[in-house]
Formats: sequence, C-alpha cells, structure tokens
Amino acid sequence: MSAALTIIAAGPGVTLQDAGRHGYLRYGVTAAGPMDRLAMATANLAVGAPEGATAIEVSLGGIELTADGVTLPIAVAGGHFDISLDGQRLPSAARLALTPGARLRIRAGADGAWCYVAVGGRIDVAPMLGSNATHTRSALGGIDGRGLAAGDVLPVRDFNACESGVVTLTTPWLARNGEPIRVILGPQDDYFSRAQIETFGREPWKISHRSDRMAYFLDGPPIVPANGLNVVSDGIVMGAIQVLGDGRPAVLMADRQVTGGYPKIATVIGPDLGRLAQLRPGSPVRFAVTTIDDAVAVRRAQRAMLQARIETTPLVRAPNAELLLGSNLISGVSGGD
Amino acid sequence: MASVAEPIFLDAGEAALVVEFGRAIEPAIHDRVLALDAALSQRALPGVVELVPTIRSLMIHYDPLVIDRAALIDAVRGVSAETVETRPARRWTIPCCYDPTFGEDIAHIAEQLDMTPEHVVALHSGATYRAYMYGFLPGFCYLGGLPQELTVSRRLTIRPPHPTGTIMIGAGMGLITTFAMPTGWWLVGRTPERMFSLDRAQTFLAAVGDEIKFAPIDLATFHALDQRAAAGEVVATMTKLP
Repeated sequence: MSAALTIIAAGPGVTLQDAGRHGYLRYGVTAAGPMDRLAMATANLAVGAPEGATAIEVSLGGIELTADGVTLPIAVAGGHFDISLDGQRLPSAARLALTPGARLRIRAGADGAWCYVAVGGRIDVAPMLGSNATHTRSALGGIDGRGLAAGDVLPVRDFNACESGVVTLTTPWLARNGEPIRVILGPQDDYFSRAQIETFGREPWKISHRSDRMAYFLDGPPIVPANGLNVVSDGIVMGAIQVLGDGRPAVLMADRQVTGGYPKIATVIGPDLGRLAQLRPGSPVRFAVTTIDDAVAVRRAQRAMLQARIETTPLVRAPNAELLLGSNLISGVSGGD
Repeated sequence: MASVAEPIFLDAGEAALVVEFGRAIEPAIHDRVLALDAALSQRALPGVVELVPTIRSLMIHYDPLVIDRAALIDAVRGVSAETVETRPARRWTIPCCYDPTFGEDIAHIAEQLDMTPEHVVALHSGATYRAYMYGFLPGFCYLGGLPQELTVSRRLTIRPPHPTGTIMIGAGMGLITTFAMPTGWWLVGRTPERMFSLDRAQTFLAAVGDEIKFAPIDLATFHALDQRAAAGEVVATMTKLP
C-alpha cells in the first residue's frame, strides 16, 4: 500500500527540512536545515524517526494536510501554533494518527514562529547534494528547491504502525522563556568599541519585520563598527551577528550565506538558536554574553534531554479548556502510551 | 613554515573556530589556509565536522561534545608546525565572452581607468587567478589575482539581477557567478560554463586553491558552447599543473 501526505494548503515559507546539507560549505552551499533544530528533533523522535529526518517546517503562513492511502503517525512540535484535526483543537505539541482524508490544520497561534510536522516513516523526495533541506534561494532540496504548495504529494515509505488517538507531548524544553539569548563575543568584536559592545548587550532589541530564514534583523540603536567595515570575507555560522554598514545588527539564520565580509560582533550559542528563531517579528529580545564552557554545558544538557524518552499523556477529559476542546474530538478513542 | 607567525584563533560560537592567518587578500596568507585545510582534511580528527577555507582563514566547524576547543587548537598547532607544501595543482581555463552584450561595464571601467576597452579585456584575460573562496550562493567563485590596474570601486547602487554565468570584478577581486542575482560588482563578460550543476557527475568544477584563466571567445562560440554546457558537457578545460 502506498502512503503519502497531501498538502491541501500551505502559506509562504513552508518547507521540507532535514538535518541540513553538509560537506559543501566550501563550495558556497548553505546547510539550510531547521530554524529550530530542537523542535524538529522533538517532533521526529516522538514518532520514532531519527531526529534529523525529513520533516515539514511550518511558518506563520500555516499548512493544511491530509494522509493518502494509509493512516500515518504524525507528531507536531514547535511554537504555540493552533493545531486542529478535522476542526477539533489539539495541543500544540502532540502525536496523532492521521487517517486518510482527515484534515490536519496548523495556523499561527499565541506565540512562536516555526512548527514542525514529523511523520513516523520516511518522506521520500529526491535528495539534492545528499539532503532534502530546502534552500529556496539556490533552488536546492524539498520539491524542486521550492516551498510546499497546495497539491504537493509527499510519498511516505517505511511507515510505522499507528497507535490511534491523540497524545500530548511533554516537552518542557520547548516552553521557551524570555531569558536573554546567550552569545559568545567575536569573531570580530575587536571592530567595535567597548561602549558599542556594552550597548549591544544592554539594549532591548526588536526582531525586525524584515526577518526570514536567512537573517533576523534587529531594530535598535545603530552600532556602526568603530574600526571600519572592511573585513576581508570569512566564514559565517548560523547565529553569527553581523553588523551592516548602517550599524544595524542581523543574526544570520539557517539560510545564511556561508561567507561574508561584515564584522561579526558576536555569535548566538547553538542551544539558544531555536529559542531565538521562535521570536516573531516585532518581539523584543535581549542578548547576554556567556563563555564557551557555559555554552558547551548547555549544549550537553540539551542533548541529554533529547536522549531521554519524550513523555506523553493521552488526551482525555480534564479540567483544562484546551484539553477539553481536544477531548470533544477524541472522546471514546484510547490514548497512546 | 615553522618560522612564520602563529595564526590567531577566533571563536564563531562554541562550535566553530576561525584560524586566521592574516587580514589581507594575499596569496601567501591563502597558501597557509590551504595547507591547514589539506592537513586537517587528511587527518580527519573525530569531532571536526566541516572545514571552510576562505581568503585569509580556515573555519573549522566542530562538535564541542566530541573535541573541546583546547584539544582542537593543539591539533591545529600540531599540523601548522609540519611543513605542508601547497601550490595550485590544477588549472581551469574558462571560456569568457567579453562582447558588450555581456561585458556591459567594460566601457565604463575603461573610462574610469583611462584605458581602452581592449586593454581592459587584455588585462582581465591575461591574468592568472586563483579560486580563493566560494560564497554567496553555490558555485559563486571569488578569485584572487585581479591585476592591480583593474582596481575599481564598487557600484554606488545595486544593479538588478545579472544573467547566470556572468563574470564580474569588484572589491579588488574577480567573481564567477552561477545564479542571477542583484550585484554591486561590474560585469565584464559571461561564461557558458556552469561552475555548479546538479545535472552532471561533477557538480562543482574548481576547488578552492585551483588556478583559473579566462579564454576570450566571440558571441557565436559562446552560443555554441552554451548549448553543449546545457546538455551537461564541461566546456572549460582542466590541466594538471606540474
């Protein structure tokens, strides 16, 4: 029996992503991959898929999809999006059985900018340079290097048997708080004065409306590099905060270019990238300088959380508005584990 | 190599180390980048994820849960101390049509630099370049070796997207493009070659460090070669250097 996910509707910026396209940075090929790696890993692990398996990254534009052929195990995790199955509301981190014809609808919710739809099986599209991660600017990955659109059919192979019902995923690590985003200074912090570095660390910045998968621009006071703008191009990582000629910082994200010649005042630590990515345009953000040792410790702790089994709770009647909404849908259906 | 200055180690977060050999665009600095790139590629240290050679530094992406910063720096110092001979191993001769149709800025450059358009072409096609770095988009190849006489400042305003395969100069460097993109650089010609193509076995042609020459071709030759390149043929020629 062939299985597939069919896209009924997709807003702009909804793409297929996986762990990223690795090994080609030296040829100018961006890794792409998820904006919120932790959330994508969570969704994948919840359906028994490898954490870097191909999944759908849903933007604020939202998506509506269904299963074809067979019932497929699906997990959703990420920001607080509004999730519904055939019109019945589900929690924002959930695992469910998507039966053929049933409509899973995901819309921007209370907060968060990205959400992941993982399937218990393998989304079978032709990899480009060894990866399905979509990088639209270079037309690589996904389906023909573009975002998903209504009518797209994603064949699913090697799918798992499906437990019926909906379970809530307990994912405290996705309950992001308003703590400052931690950064490590450099690699070109010496292009800035001490006062400018202090300004950067003290100011409440705002995520610009000009932000996308390539970069999150920061609105705030300009910090024009005191020691000039002429950096001879060097490598750029996801999280690099480069300061443009007008003194405006931009955090380079998953679709960044791989090399560049603007001074980079600081770099967001890996474990905080997902939390930053989930901030919507207009949101306030602060940065706090940390050390490599601290960053590595946070990285290790985050890894350990992912390696523990994700706890699940069957969605049943409970004195909670959101859960009650869900239970209307699945009353009589037994939960998962 | 042991006598030259110690590189500077800069952090690009907790999972990437920049080994910087200088802050200028110089072949001697790039040689050291290439040497370290070759040595670390060969050694394949556990935890070293990916290496990105650029004009003046090598970016080492690493997994800090596998190799810590101090151990990585020790390893880099170890290989830096070894003598690694690097010189370009291959030369790519890339056909380039300088006809005004494609080399639309040659007249402007000639006027700016007070020379004839023919001299601009002679200088550009007479030079021997080196692939210094890739960046911006897949296959965008930045070239060192642009003759000093061709130094022009960048455009004041961004030009709307140029055609794929456009050969440009700017910022004291040469550039071969692979996608149509807006640019602040100057258009001097166009190559029928695809420096990046998913439709043939060799996705990328030149490696960072390879020598690059441009061979002038006329419009008719451009169109003939363009058809062959579109069919998946490599129309540039590669020679192994002694």
